[in-house]
Amino acid sequence: MYSEKVLDHFKHPRNVGELEDADAEGTVGNPVCGDMMTMYIKVKDDRIEDVKFKTFGCGAAIATSSMTTELAKGKTLEEAMNISRQDVAEALDGLPPVKMHCSNLAADALHEAIKSYKEKKPKNE
Amino acid sequence: MSDRVYMDNGAGRPVDPRVMEAMKPYFTEHHGNPASFHSEGFKALDALNEARAGVAELVNADPGEIVFTSGATEANNLALLGSAQRTRKKDGKIVRSAVEHISVINLCKELSRMGFEVIECPVDENGVLILAELERLVDDETALVTVMAANGEIGTIQPIKEAAELAHSRGALFHTDATAANGQVALDVKMLGVDLMTLSGNDLGGPKGVGALYIKKGVRVKPHMIGGGQEGGLRSGSENVPGIVGMGMAARLARQEMDAESNRLAVLRDMLIDGLLAAIPESHLNGHPTERLPNNANIRFSYIEGEALVLSLDDLGIQVGTGSACAAKTLEPSHTLLACGLKHEEAHGSLVFTLGRNNNRDQVEYVVKELPGVVGRLRAMSPLTPEELR
Repeated sequence: MYSEKVLDHFKHPRNVGELEDADAEGTVGNPVCGDMMTMYIKVKDDRIEDVKFKTFGCGAAIATSSMTTELAKGKTLEEAMNISRQDVAEALDGLPPVKMHCSNLAADALHEAIKSYKEKKPKNE
Repeated sequence: MSDRVYMDNGAGRPVDPRVMEAMKPYFTEHHGNPASFHSEGFKALDALNEARAGVAELVNADPGEIVFTSGATEANNLALLGSAQRTRKKDGKIVRSAVEHISVINLCKELSRMGFEVIECPVDENGVLILAELERLVDDETALVTVMAANGEIGTIQPIKEAAELAHSRGALFHTDATAANGQVALDVKMLGVDLMTLSGNDLGGPKGVGALYIKKGVRVKPHMIGGGQEGGLRSGSENVPGIVGMGMAARLARQEMDAESNRLAVLRDMLIDGLLAAIPESHLNGHPTERLPNNANIRFSYIEGEALVLSLDDLGIQVGTGSACAAKTLEPSHTLLACGLKHEEAHGSLVFTLGRNNNRDQVEYVVKELPGVVGRLRAMSPLTPEELR
């Protein structure tokens, strides 16, 4: 049902946990629906210097969270805003159709974190 | 210990080797059709009759009251659609429990499209049918009441005798889907007073693709499989002789061995439940604490999701089921858990263990040893987990 890459990211998630000195965070989803995730970002010179996640959800929810952090790390904020759900799914060699919407929320969480960072008017500006 | 710990027997169980041996000759050597007038046909007919007697004995029915089908779903179809189309209470009511199997729920939707009023009878927090509610809901317009003998997901055993009496007091027929219960607990159609009972071959340790419907003598059902009039005209099509022989053998073995095997499984079940509840904080038993199938343990773990648990356990060679929406085609969490009053987020984190002949004490100990680590890993990842559990 899941690709090897999805299973790999589920079993060995990258960048899992909270970021101690995060500049911003973004949360999407709802435990009622079975998926909820929070992305924490650390920004330096308009780039995502570090990113971590916490996720409640199925295998796909955890794998997409992990993959999103890998795709986002080192990217400019603008580049990171352009990472789409589709990009995450493709980087994982695809997701089962039923999982495309409910469990593929990590890119949205990343975007929320970036928006929150921008709204905060970071100290280095 | 074998390297595979399969505890999803409610979803699909291995065929007992003795059943396999009994079936084998009917694939190759004795391939006749029971309708044929020669020795191979007679041989097949004898086998069919013997199997029918075996299944009848298991539930204390007469052989003439057993109709073989392609499985429990078809038996439910014949019971519900078949009896509804023969009832005198046209456009009457059908009452079902809130925790029926999806095949019964969808059949009731079909009956509703046919003009019947379908009413759901609630269950309590342990999943037990509330008899006072049933009494209130069943009236003289009620054509049929259907309540499963036991729930395959949470293991709760239902008060079938009392529910059947209530149905009969208002002139309604009573059907019970005994798919999860058959082979686990004693089922006596006369003692329970049911009119129709669904039985499943695979759940008895027989093959898949065969089931049966008990139809009490005198109860009229309309057939849906039209053809050569096999099974007393109620289920046409040349009989699946090897499958039926397998179900008959499985029923005989169940009759002889069920008491001992159910006692053995109940010990393992309680070891599993007590072990997991003790080892894992914020874990809870779903279903009734004592009135439950000997082979069923359903436990929910707060702050995490069931599909992720199932995948993680599979990696350790442990196969179990879940009531999570994420593992369901519908993306809805288990209606059974919701009917017991659980919130959606609680229903997502449940695991269903259904034990069988293949399971032993070492395997239960292995699961109890491994599961806390799996739960801990997923909880550490979850934003819902409170600080003290991380």
